[in-house]
Amino acid sequence: MATHLSYGRVNLNVLREAVRRELREFLDKCAGSKAIVWDEYLTGPFGLIAQYSLLKEHEVEKMFTLKGSRLPAADVKNIIFVVRPRLELMDIIAENVLSEDRRGPARDFHILFVPRRSLLCEQRLKDLGVLGSFIHREEYSLDLIPFDGDLLSMESEGAFKECYLESDQTSLYHAAKGLMTLQALYGTIPQIFGKGECARVRNGRRVPPDPMFCFQQVANMMIRMKREFTGSQNSIFPVFDNLLLLDRNVDLLTPLATQLTYEGLIDEIYGIQNSYVKLPPEKFAPKKQGDGGKDLPTEAKKLQLNSAEELYAEIRDKNFNAVGSVLSKKAKVISAAFEERHNAKTVGEIKQFVSQLPHMQAARGSLANHTSIAELIKDVTTSEDFFDKLTVEQEFMSGIDTDKVNSYIEDCVAQKHPLIKVLRLVCLQSVCNSGLKQKVLDYYKREILQTYGYEHILTLHNLEKAGLLKPQTGGRNTYPTIRKTLRLWMDDANEQNPTDISYVYSGYAPLSVRLAQLLSRPGWRSIEEVLRILPGPHFEERQPLPTGLQKKRQPGENRVTLIFFLGGVTFAEIAALRFLSQLEDGGTEYVIATTKLINGASWIESLMEKPF
Amino acid sequence: MESARPTLQMNRTKGDEEEYWNSSKFKAFTFDDEDDELSQLKESKRAVNSLRDFVDDDDDDDLERVSWSGEPVGSISWSIKETASNSGSNHEREQLKNRNSFSSYAQLPKPASTYSLSSFFRGRTRPGSFQSLSDALSDTPAKSYAPELGRPKGEYRDYSNDWSPSDTVRRLRKGKVCSLERFRSLQDKLQLLEEAVSMHDGNVITAVLIFLKRTLSKEILFRELEVRQVALRHLIHFLKEIGDQKLLWDLFRFLDRTEELALTHYREHLNIQDPEKRKEFLKTCIGLPFSAEDSAHIQDHYTLLERQIIIEANDRHLESAGQTEIFRKHPRKASILNMPLVTTLFYSCFYHYTEAEGTFSSPVNLKKTFKIPEKQYVLTALAARAKLRAWHDVDALFTTKNWLGYTKKRAPIGFHRVVEILHKNSAPVQILQEYVNLVEDVDTKLNLATKFKCHDVVIDTCRDLKDRQQLLAYRSKVDKGSAEEEKIDAILNSSQIRWKN
Repeated sequence: MATHLSYGRVNLNVLREAVRRELREFLDKCAGSKAIVWDEYLTGPFGLIAQYSLLKEHEVEKMFTLKGSRLPAADVKNIIFVVRPRLELMDIIAENVLSEDRRGPARDFHILFVPRRSLLCEQRLKDLGVLGSFIHREEYSLDLIPFDGDLLSMESEGAFKECYLESDQTSLYHAAKGLMTLQALYGTIPQIFGKGECARVRNGRRVPPDPMFCFQQVANMMIRMKREFTGSQNSIFPVFDNLLLLDRNVDLLTPLATQLTYEGLIDEIYGIQNSYVKLPPEKFAPKKQGDGGKDLPTEAKKLQLNSAEELYAEIRDKNFNAVGSVLSKKAKVISAAFEERHNAKTVGEIKQFVSQLPHMQAARGSLANHTSIAELIKDVTTSEDFFDKLTVEQEFMSGIDTDKVNSYIEDCVAQKHPLIKVLRLVCLQSVCNSGLKQKVLDYYKREILQTYGYEHILTLHNLEKAGLLKPQTGGRNTYPTIRKTLRLWMDDANEQNPTDISYVYSGYAPLSVRLAQLLSRPGWRSIEEVLRILPGPHFEERQPLPTGLQKKRQPGENRVTLIFFLGGVTFAEIAALRFLSQLEDGGTEYVIATTKLINGASWIESLMEKPF
Repeated sequence: MESARPTLQMNRTKGDEEEYWNSSKFKAFTFDDEDDELSQLKESKRAVNSLRDFVDDDDDDDLERVSWSGEPVGSISWSIKETASNSGSNHEREQLKNRNSFSSYAQLPKPASTYSLSSFFRGRTRPGSFQSLSDALSDTPAKSYAPELGRPKGEYRDYSNDWSPSDTVRRLRKGKVCSLERFRSLQDKLQLLEEAVSMHDGNVITAVLIFLKRTLSKEILFRELEVRQVALRHLIHFLKEIGDQKLLWDLFRFLDRTEELALTHYREHLNIQDPEKRKEFLKTCIGLPFSAEDSAHIQDHYTLLERQIIIEANDRHLESAGQTEIFRKHPRKASILNMPLVTTLFYSCFYHYTEAEGTFSSPVNLKKTFKIPEKQYVLTALAARAKLRAWHDVDALFTTKNWLGYTKKRAPIGFHRVVEILHKNSAPVQILQEYVNLVEDVDTKLNLATKFKCHDVVIDTCRDLKDRQQLLAYRSKVDKGSAEEEKIDAILNSSQIRWKN
């Protein structure tokens, strides 16, 4: 079921198998029948590495979500809590355990922290008087989860906020740990590059930037951890040639723009969670009659999206404007294939046709789904408002009128469009102008607070701390220099047959990916000036390999680069990297890892203040 | 700080969940699929359906299998539902047992009649169905050489007392429990902290900080952390997390980070539900060291809530008394408490438009108190009056008199916007027409007139532009035999006009 993970240049199924084994080992430690109580957030990520079958084979008979008061009745010997190390969850667990104690037959409690144990949480359990009730308290290092043949994510929702707002390094630590795991499985990565600073202190804007930089931190952590793996020399032939660590705050611009690839738009409009998307059911009428006609579909249609689906793999990374023609071509091919049945005369021919039927039917189903999705998306992209929004975004990104109050943004506020949309646009303008003029910034702030509520002062402060929304200081706008040097705006972006990564945003070439592209060829020395403008230093480190493991590349063989986005990556950026991987003379193939798959909306939302 | 319910499943409100939990009839857990209304019948029907899909699709080349004798089983989340629904009486359990044939589980050879569980996610697409055999097989050897990962399998508790600070930190990091109490001197404690910081492991740093917090005086702790920024930030994060406001205040005061202090304090109001209490709390925020602009906003926040409480009490009374026409005709949909300023202004323009400036609920008073810009005010008043179809008020909004007594129409927001808002509130064509005519830019005017079917405006504008072609084109858009068509024909046939095309 996870064969799509092994399609890529690097077989990520190896990683999946390793984490599955670890899970099985833990389950077997708790002998006898089991019930698992899940931290609800974890079920999505867990679904990517194990299904109920695996748990069932290890005597898991019941599963619940973690909720207050008492546990539902379950006639099992063991109760295992699988949770993130968060204090508020500890309170709920304690409540569960205490009410269970009163109820009667003793059973064994265990707790599995994902991705790691937390002394703080255990302290809380102790304070609540239940720590002693747990027989096994362990951690399950589910740091990097394979999403696709070339994609890994930690799905750590708060990573950006923790790193950039709260200056908490824990997610960096997990990133380093995830990278260690990868090295254990795929060999030491000989070369590490990095760009960006993390954990800058911007509280009060007076504290000087922290001298520690996150990629260095991650790199340092990796090297330190390696030493601690008790000197066991990694004897696996290295699969990756390079590691590129990119800080999200080196490129704050890209996630703010509306993604225009097929997958990117699905995510923008419906939100892809753990490779699943929920869609309005109306367009997906039941394909079989007699399922009860009055039983109209009311629940969202849920689809899994990954490269295991042939058609999706083909269209996911295309500009949406190029998807329609592919779909109609496919439709013709499929109906032609079904027509073949009329030509099948002999028993052999019929047999052959029949043997192809399942594949054809699957292809037809897949085509039907994506045609429906494309229709749904088209309804949005052809709307007047979408067009207006895109126009403004593109003006900002190409450097037009970024220094004054934008009338479309004003209109959006006046019509009370969703706050996230407004914030995203204002932040985009700010980033494309190296900060807004104080007067413009104050105007936007006032409009937002008066229209959406004063409590959003807190959110505005967060955005400012993260560098997304700020006053222009020093009076110089450096964005035009960056844009020109890195060729971020391409007027002639070809959406149908792209020749450059700028096709993913119909003109804007994602900065992060451009940096990766330039690193691979001709190297970062060519853009020293721009690298100095972008936040944080750049960095290169070598990890020495024993001679036996040094790679001799065959002529024409591509390098494999692992690119790690600290703080999140968008589907459009992934598409751009896949485009580079597929270039005939590109020379580099990419495997992408990140702390979280994000889009502009989910990213901004993660920075908004909500009640505790 | 995020809530325990992560943001990923935004479509489910807390209310739903509580209702679920409190409901007496214990229903199955739902995770990321449908909400409530699950019945076993529906479940099994779905199961049968998915089974059929499954058989039709005929792809059993999946590697992930489970013996479940034909009963489709879902992802982890599906299964939670399934197994949880099992937790009722024994009788129910028996039924379920039969249905699921748990008993037959053991008898089946493992990979027989088994299905990929992932396939039973609601979507039922069958990804993976195009895989060739070789692809499928490539998975297998991986299992045999994937090396062991993870924790050392040693003991977790250690009673040895000789660990150095660096050993201790390393052991903490591996999740072993170590006593920190032995480190008594300040020097030892600080060394412990520095070791933890150099590990970059937030978990361990926090653990050491808890120890320091407990064993050091506030003054010393703050003084030492001031020169250790990483540790300091972890302490702040930690204090926020455990909600130790008192110490946090002391710390910020010590560090002279007063603006952050003020914001942290202000943030608290989000957790106060009771409007009176919230108001009182906001009052305590006024005068805190915010930036100048923020200070003004915070003051406004307080004033606004204070107003809303008065308006709410008054209007609730009016509404229940049933004597006021506007509340009878348009019952309030929600309380005005905690609504944003512009919403409040809208409310006031809707229910209290004609009130004298002296009352708290009058729009003019709100406008003055909060220095609402003219544009914002007109926009909001227009929307409110248009919603009530009070066209006379709309007219008055844009009419100005000069000193000679001549009246003139003027719109600070631009008449094109006025037209859009009127249309949104389904104003009749005559009204729309009047304002479309006031749009200055001819192209915009023509566009709006066409969009909103203000035929006269289109026709007159074409005539004024001497654009015969466009008028001809428009002729096809009006109804046959209508007055508009006649009018167009009359103009087209007129010899007075010198057409430009």
